[in-house]
Amino acid sequence: MKARHLLLAGIAAAVLLVWPHFLKSYGIYLLSYWLIYIIATMGLNLTVGYAGQKSLGHAAFFGIGAYTVAILLKAGVSFWLGLPAGALLCFAVGLVLGFPALRVQTIYLAFATLGFNTAVWLLIRNEEWLTGGTFGINNIARPELFGFSLEGNKAYYHLVLVITVLMGLLLWGLLRSPWGKAFTALRDNPIRAESLGVSVRGYTLLSFAIGAAYAGVAGGLFASLVQFIEPAPFNVAASIMMYLMVVVGGPGYFLGPVLGAAVGVILPEWLRDVPGVANWYLPAFGAAVVLLMVWLPDGLLSIPDRLKARREAREASALRAATAAATRQEVSA
Amino acid sequence: MTDFLQLLLSGLATGSIYALAALGFTLLWQASGTINFAQGEFVMLPAFAMLACMSFGAPLGIAFVLTVLLAVVVLGWGFKRGVVDPLLRFGMMPIVVATIGLSIAMRNGVRAGFSAEAHPFPNLFADKIFNVAGVTVTLADIGTFALAVAIVLATQAFLSRTVTGRAMQAVAQNTESAQVLGIDVPRMVFYTFAINATLAVAAALLVTPTYLAKFDMGEGLGTKAFFAAIIGGFNNSRGALVGGLIVGVAENLAAAYISPAYKDAVALLIFMLVILFKPQGLLGRKEERKV
Amino acid sequence: MAKTKNTHTRRLLCQALIASCALGAGGAWAQQTIKIANIVELSGGGATAGTNFKNGVELAVKEINASGGILGKKIESTTSDTQSNPGIAKGLTQKAIDDDVFAIFGPVFSGSIMVSMAESRRAEVPNFTGGEAAAITEQGNKYVFRTSFTQATAMPKLARYIDQKMKVKTLAVIYVNNDFGKGGLDSIKKALAATPVKVAAEISTEPGQIDFAAAVLRAKQSNADALFAYSNEEESARLLRELRKQGYAKPIVGETTLTGQKVIDLAGDAANGAIAHVGLTVDAPNPAIRAFRAKFEKEYKYVSDHNGMKGYSGVYLLKAAIEKTGKLDAKAVAQTLHGLKVSATQQPGVLMDVSIDGKGDLDRESFMVEVKNGKQEVIATVPALGAAAAK
Repeated sequence: MKARHLLLAGIAAAVLLVWPHFLKSYGIYLLSYWLIYIIATMGLNLTVGYAGQKSLGHAAFFGIGAYTVAILLKAGVSFWLGLPAGALLCFAVGLVLGFPALRVQTIYLAFATLGFNTAVWLLIRNEEWLTGGTFGINNIARPELFGFSLEGNKAYYHLVLVITVLMGLLLWGLLRSPWGKAFTALRDNPIRAESLGVSVRGYTLLSFAIGAAYAGVAGGLFASLVQFIEPAPFNVAASIMMYLMVVVGGPGYFLGPVLGAAVGVILPEWLRDVPGVANWYLPAFGAAVVLLMVWLPDGLLSIPDRLKARREAREASALRAATAAATRQEVSA
Repeated sequence: MTDFLQLLLSGLATGSIYALAALGFTLLWQASGTINFAQGEFVMLPAFAMLACMSFGAPLGIAFVLTVLLAVVVLGWGFKRGVVDPLLRFGMMPIVVATIGLSIAMRNGVRAGFSAEAHPFPNLFADKIFNVAGVTVTLADIGTFALAVAIVLATQAFLSRTVTGRAMQAVAQNTESAQVLGIDVPRMVFYTFAINATLAVAAALLVTPTYLAKFDMGEGLGTKAFFAAIIGGFNNSRGALVGGLIVGVAENLAAAYISPAYKDAVALLIFMLVILFKPQGLLGRKEERKV
Repeated sequence: MAKTKNTHTRRLLCQALIASCALGAGGAWAQQTIKIANIVELSGGGATAGTNFKNGVELAVKEINASGGILGKKIESTTSDTQSNPGIAKGLTQKAIDDDVFAIFGPVFSGSIMVSMAESRRAEVPNFTGGEAAAITEQGNKYVFRTSFTQATAMPKLARYIDQKMKVKTLAVIYVNNDFGKGGLDSIKKALAATPVKVAAEISTEPGQIDFAAAVLRAKQSNADALFAYSNEEESARLLRELRKQGYAKPIVGETTLTGQKVIDLAGDAANGAIAHVGLTVDAPNPAIRAFRAKFEKEYKYVSDHNGMKGYSGVYLLKAAIEKTGKLDAKAVAQTLHGLKVSATQQPGVLMDVSIDGKGDLDRESFMVEVKNGKQEVIATVPALGAAAAK
């Protein structure tokens, strides 16, 4: 099992490294866009999928990260300082957002985070002196690495790829550690977890904070990718899309965000080019999401588990039938 | 003082619009634990359906009745069987995402299939303005408010005074016991969806003259409806009315006395305060958390 | 890896060299059609404007192809939806450039064009936009061209009218809080700074706002002599209704989006008396415009708004420039466009005589319009800035 996974990972890495060289600028741009959303969705997956919280305000952190990097870049601070600064700021704000989560649950929490997102969006939109308001911040530069300019699409893509892999490994490590187990305990049965000594308060706050930090990193990368930011991509609708990506990919599955972000970012783009769909690509996307959910409520990555469950059920029935037959033989004999 | 009254009355009229959208949302949550992110679109679609009927020459009344029937079948029964029933036992997440997908499909479907323009919608009420001591209200303001209150009270009465209504409440509070008592649970749940669909059509009728029929009219309306429902009390029908009115009035007062750019923040602030200190809403009953 | 941008430009230069060689050799030039990309908002907040712009463009393309194309070549146009999202607009522009388009039309929203025009500049492809924000032509981009006035041109004309014809001392401003509205607010303030008129109140409203009671009250409280209303069509209609409801008696003045036919349809009687400076209106008493209006209505079964006119006239501007340049060289056509003067008699598709300056801005006649009895009536014609003697 282990060797097979490593081989798959190796192939995936090779594909991701080499593929862009066969693509034109649009394809590379789209891939970078996808990778950035994978990072953001990984964070949300931690909060929602592993820790079982409800967060409909993720795009706010995406925005805070983006604006932090953009504002600092305009002020002359290097990208390499701006990105961690954005992540730290998001971590802090995420901790703050965790507090309502201690008081309210499920749908109320979902709406509290939604309210938080709207508040952040309003601040970004109205405080023109800081954020450029509705005019946004334009001409955001791309970073340099050891004198190497990362201005080109391909170069920037590689940077984003490296950061995505690093963040993924970080998350992998986190989930395999005792912290990861604590998060899942929080999701499955918080009261029992508390009784076993897991600090529900602490881990709730942490799940929001870490998720937020991931979104902050993604936001910073986003700012330099698009090179122009305005309040629109950080509103509630964007948060809702991110939530959609997590659930469609498979909440609580490590690679869920990869598939979820693909559905959210790449599927609509792909649908555009399908002949006959054209103007209807968005309704088709919406319908596809509904069908996907009805068919696979646990997300796309639940497919292997479902197949396994069905196979085991069949084996169990076969075993039972065989045993029953054998018992009948014995009895009649 | 007249300014304050003007803002108050306008706010009540707008707030009653939010209340209508919030009402169905509240009912669905109570009866089946469904969070319907497509609630705004559930109001938008009947608006266009009525416009379509009228473009074939039908008068508004007939268009309304036809649309109610259509809505009950599609937005009531179809929604329940197609989306809610298969997903209910998997928790909140899949239903939320499915309704998100539904709202995207409905909104963009109308845009692609019909038009991206805003269309005028005939008003139930004549265009009359009343001026009382310096404060102006239109007949539509008063009419919308009165009808919204009437609808909410009627729904409340139905739920608490009729046998069917009480059966629906029983199903909402404790499904297993209701079943044991012989209540036809699936049918009660269906009634809830049917009522939601009807309320949505009624909301469309009252709301669209002001909102104008446009494919994205559901977005703003939906968000305000969610806030109104939570503020007022998510498990109480009158709560939807109170919540809606509070949001409508607060917005106006904030825009006039605090800052127009942050007017949405006031509803938000109230909402956050309610969530943090009285999560069941101003009129709601506390829900027990299961261990 | 750092050489990507230079490689791209070098590749384009090589292509241009080869192209000019082929043309010089007498035209076995591979490209049989003129490819244009229509990158517009078809969903999201900009859907109405984008859809109308696109319809205008496609109508023009259809007409031009039916009458033989440009320089004998047909136009091939593709349309894509930016979802009113600048990030997506940027990607789609790159995609169009990957597909070797000759010119790009759209996006309409200022935020999106600011992003995508960096791409079209890199690729040296003319990019026509419907955006009105002043900043668009202040970036030093030689490849962006407007299809409507910049707010920096329109507002001074309006300011002059407010000061000289309306003779008001104070003005209240109600604007929509997005880049379009705020840009308009900044421009009118700047324009009014040169006049004795003072801005008494700046009242922001939300896109999609329903209830304007507070905004109207604030305007009344400011005791200004007149109101400048700058918002999108639906909101303008609701604002006008609220103004009438509260019995607002002072003059109401605005720009194109205040008095469009759609606004009149939505606002009913409340629109009567509103005055606006209008750059493009389908109701102008101008034969080319009347013809356009009829054709658009026949094709799409509804009346165009000013965005439809922008798209339509933009394509004909491109046609005029290509014909003047004499060859299909995007860079040369862009150069021709700067300083180009096109008259509506020669090229009826541009709808009105127009000249383009070095920054990509348009100079054109415009109109002062008043709504009377549910119809737009032109009450004055404002000459092009270049045509008027220094005033």
